[in-house]
Amino acid sequence: MNIANRSKDKNESTVDRGSKETRRLFLQGNEAIAEGAIAAGARFYAGYPITPSSEIAEACAEKLPAVGGVYIQMEDELGSIAAVIGASLTGVKAFTATSGPGFSLMQENLGVAILGEVPCVVVNVQRSGPSTGLATRPAQADVMQARWGRHGDQHLIVLSPATVQECFDLTVTAFNLAERFRAPVILLADEIVAHMRENVTLPDPAQIKIVNRKKPACPPEEYLPFKPDPDGVPPLADYGSEYIFHVTSSMHGERGYSQNDPANAGAKIKRLFTKLDNHLDEILLVKHHYNPADELDLLIVTFGCTTRPARAAALRTPNLKAGVLQLVTLWPFPDAFIAEAAQKARAVLVPELNLGQVIREVQRVVGKEKPVFGLHKSNGLGFLPAEISARIEEVANQCLR
Amino acid sequence: MPALSWREYLDEKMLPHLWCPGCGNGIALGALTRALAELQLPRNKVVVVTGIGCWGKADDYLATSALHGTHGRALAFATGVKAARPELTVIVLMGDGDGATIGGNHLIHAARRNIDLTAVVLNNQNYGMTGGQVSATTPVDAVTSTTRYGNPERDFDLCRLVDAAGANYVARGTVYHVPQLDRLIRDGITKKGFSFIEVISPCPTHFGRRNKLGSAVEMMKALKTRAVNVNSPAAKTGELPAGAFLIGKLADRDDPDFTARYAAVQQKAQAKGGFSS
Ligand SMILES: Cc1ncc(C[n+]2csc(CCOP(=O)(O)OP(=O)(O)O)c2C)c(N)n1
Repeated sequence: MNIANRSKDKNESTVDRGSKETRRLFLQGNEAIAEGAIAAGARFYAGYPITPSSEIAEACAEKLPAVGGVYIQMEDELGSIAAVIGASLTGVKAFTATSGPGFSLMQENLGVAILGEVPCVVVNVQRSGPSTGLATRPAQADVMQARWGRHGDQHLIVLSPATVQECFDLTVTAFNLAERFRAPVILLADEIVAHMRENVTLPDPAQIKIVNRKKPACPPEEYLPFKPDPDGVPPLADYGSEYIFHVTSSMHGERGYSQNDPANAGAKIKRLFTKLDNHLDEILLVKHHYNPADELDLLIVTFGCTTRPARAAALRTPNLKAGVLQLVTLWPFPDAFIAEAAQKARAVLVPELNLGQVIREVQRVVGKEKPVFGLHKSNGLGFLPAEISARIEEVANQCLR
Repeated sequence: MPALSWREYLDEKMLPHLWCPGCGNGIALGALTRALAELQLPRNKVVVVTGIGCWGKADDYLATSALHGTHGRALAFATGVKAARPELTVIVLMGDGDGATIGGNHLIHAARRNIDLTAVVLNNQNYGMTGGQVSATTPVDAVTSTTRYGNPERDFDLCRLVDAAGANYVARGTVYHVPQLDRLIRDGITKKGFSFIEVISPCPTHFGRRNKLGSAVEMMKALKTRAVNVNSPAAKTGELPAGAFLIGKLADRDDPDFTARYAAVQQKAQAKGGFSS
């Protein structure tokens, strides 16, 4: 699931599984995320404990110092993401993990990472809210918060794992995308995936594709930390290297010093969008759990923990061809994949553990041509396949029979 | 290599600065650049981390590397820089609102952690940047734009707070006592562990005007009369006159800092072999 060898339709991880160094382990999702981070090269973790994400902190506290890295437990989540940003600017891959309340506290400083173009990874293991809510039951209700939770115009990448293997693979991908685009990436897991245990294959480290941030090649006195290359991404030096540079949460020019000129501000904000939107081929990941050439009666669009029960339900639909399209990248929203899949289906169903978030985006993409149905639940419980089957029956009776 | 002068730590392209006439920020910035020049620290090995506020704008005038974070969080950003790269000199510039009011939790934890940062908190007794609202360092009964009838709350003694929280180095200076301020900042930078320097400074535009403290010059003179050197006989008696405050080194110890303690953690983890999964 590395960006370089990713294909549009991908049910298999493409890393080499045959090597001697490959390890097969029975891991929890959170443990797999910690393993994935270390495999991706992360050597700094700052965080504040919160269920259902705490096992990530615990694993990092044990493993990072053993590989020469640093684990630091901060006084709160505002400080955790701040420390991650500071560490990343020294050239160290850095990340944090949290859940609902802590993710809310991180929003302001996530904006610093976006505007300051600081690569880092934030894991949000979603739990049931609002507020302390049903601690610590599953939910998928932070999809919109992940995208829109901060003030100001900005854009970012959000990935969502559905299996423990994907917890590992997508954590590697998250770091690779963060480094590639000099941007924060959010891994939006959920309590079910994070606390589930499964067999996982940890590939030989030598077989894992690792992306590192672009460093400047110019003489130090010519370095402009916010002057983009043609791909829209500026090279990033390390604090302490021969390059001296400023990073600021204020609007800034290419030199990284604060600047209030409207033309500069407009261009900068626009570039924060285009540096991602011009490279969707590298960012958008989906999995077709059916043959994408097939015509479907019902397309079921899932992400994270709804994927498994939806796949089980899709297999149990008598006289009806249903297929599951799993969104791996949630933001930028994979419009083209959904449009293409919806073209070949008569109706669309979106089951999600919230009262209607991803369905809004699916409706936007599909338009009025095809009916889009939801199955929404926000009571701290996951879906059973039977619940999804029952909804499929209703949809079928309404418009497919 | 020729010696670096204090001016080379300044980014003169960015001058003139935005601070009001009579503000002490420029003097404090001068003291910082003189301390850096005295230590001859290479500019690329210094990271200045700032928060939001008038004093938090200081990074704009510095030719070192810098990180301008969010209001109250400068110490947390700095903690990440230092923990990841202990060989860097990390200096944190914060106003009293930034460093001690919204950011008070990070302040006590940076001191407790004894992480090797040098925090220079410029205390002008109010929120300068946003129009002179009350801060946690505004004296009781003082008038600000949000305490029109006098401040009902007491102010923090920041040095006692940070001392009690465990910092290796705690000092207070003023923008009137400039040679001493240069030395206090210099010694804070060389000290291992958390160093805290409170700089008492006038805000004639907001605090001075609202409390009828006179011109900028009169406010400066008041710093002279109110400050009592910690080594003076007057300080030793323990009885300070009303309005007086101590200046000088208030705490100086050599407890192990976070870097030293974390190196021991890494050693233990590596001896154990690390990966247990
Ligand atoms: C989270 C947040 N809250 C409020 C503000 C608005 N704000 C900017 S600076 C400031 C206070 C500045 O006062 P101080 O830290 O004492 O520094 P000074 O301007 O006096 O140097 C405030 C409240 C902000 N930028 N961010």
